[in-house]
Amino acid sequence: MKKTIANTLLSFVGIVLVLGLWSFISANVAPDLPSPVRTWEESRLYIMQPWEKRGEMDQGIGLMTAYSLFRVAKGFALALLIGTPLGFLLGSSPLFFRMFDPTIQILRPISPLAWLPLGLILFRQSEPAALFTIALCSMWPTVVNTMQGVRAIPQDYHNVAKVLRLSPWRKFTKIMLPATLPYMFSGYRLSLGIAWLVIVAAEMLTGTPGVGGFLWQEYNSLIYSHILLCILTIGIVGFILDRLMGFAEARLRAA
Amino acid sequence: MSFLTLENIAKSFGPRSILHNINLSLAAGEFVSIVGASASGKTTLVKIASGLQTADSGTVTVAGQTVTGFVAQAGMVFQNYSLLPWLSALENVRLAVEPAFPEWTPKQHTEQAMKYLDMVGLGKAALKTPAQLSGGMRQRVAIARAFAAEPRILFLDEPFGALDALTRATLQQELASLCRAAGRPVTVLMITNNIEEAILLSHRIHVLGRGPGATLSPSFAVEPDAVSLRHRLAEFLTSGAIAPRLIQEVA
Repeated sequence: MKKTIANTLLSFVGIVLVLGLWSFISANVAPDLPSPVRTWEESRLYIMQPWEKRGEMDQGIGLMTAYSLFRVAKGFALALLIGTPLGFLLGSSPLFFRMFDPTIQILRPISPLAWLPLGLILFRQSEPAALFTIALCSMWPTVVNTMQGVRAIPQDYHNVAKVLRLSPWRKFTKIMLPATLPYMFSGYRLSLGIAWLVIVAAEMLTGTPGVGGFLWQEYNSLIYSHILLCILTIGIVGFILDRLMGFAEARLRAA
Repeated sequence: MSFLTLENIAKSFGPRSILHNINLSLAAGEFVSIVGASASGKTTLVKIASGLQTADSGTVTVAGQTVTGFVAQAGMVFQNYSLLPWLSALENVRLAVEPAFPEWTPKQHTEQAMKYLDMVGLGKAALKTPAQLSGGMRQRVAIARAFAAEPRILFLDEPFGALDALTRATLQQELASLCRAAGRPVTVLMITNNIEEAILLSHRIHVLGRGPGATLSPSFAVEPDAVSLRHRLAEFLTSGAIAPRLIQEVA
């Protein structure tokens, strides 16, 4: 209890120090950077009326975040739908692993900025191109973690499946899946983090409404305080998403 | 008539020869133990006999048929229990019952699993997960799982090796009574490092020599008198006549 209070106080002190540094830089080093106070004043309308729609690219921060979250949810779901079975295949078949591991290692480090134009060529529309990019970039931790989870299944459990003469489907649902679940969720957590990173880039390049799209538009409109508003929103939402996934993961490990 | 036969079995891991020229034969309904020091290749031998591993040379036959893959209608009890931690005791046993009796209804599967959990005295703990059970209770679940599928042949790989002496004695008794209660001949091949245990439970005992290249000794028949004397002694020890509270606590 005492420790929680101390931790809360300390993180508060940290935030105040960073705000102080920000004010100092905006006052003395970079005059174009809006100060925290100015950022708040100019962003107030967007924060206090988060669900207000004044125009296509002029909406409350709540609505903008919701658009982005919805897009991320779709891309993330796609990543899980492709990544999880792929991880199971790679983990359970050495042949499949030897065949596709090099390809995956090459595809893994490719930046979302590189995938997006390809998505636009393939789908000719910004929305599916964005989903394509999110799914392609964020699925790798799911693939790799699921694969490692399948490999980490003790030989004992494989023997149990043989001794009990379980059908392949029963073996999958009663042994493989529960044994791999904690690994899968670690992968999901990392994948969601990447999906949230990618959404900003995808929206900036396609100019669709959302926190990333809004950020880019306000840069072009020279309203710099809104850039900071978007950055802070992205950070806070990312933090909350990670905490939620961490919570789900912990529940799973305890069960 | 030999039910389980091992002929000229040899197995090496890389350059290391583990088993060499192993010949073994079990009649239907016979309980045979193989006693050996740790790391003498006992586990490898039982895995080959059950079809979980393949030998480099030699053949294993069960009821006249050459074994490829795990033997049909067979059960196995592992030293480390090998229960699935995400399933309750009942679900663990039920998982073995379902493939063994595919024509049964789900209700019959559950009843069969419960029947065997009751037989090992775990009826009340049926819904607990392995993590909530003691070592002795876990091994009881594993034994119930093996018997609930009503196998023709059982492979026991140091089934009581991880248990304390008192729990061990109780479980040995339960195993013997489960074999008697089966109502049909159950052939058992048990691996153990405990000579007392082998004498108590088996009809015949082989000794596996020290590796590398371990071979089996000729079998020693356990005198019927010795068996019944040991049984009576062990039953007396575990019947509760001496210290019922103590045994309950251990269990």
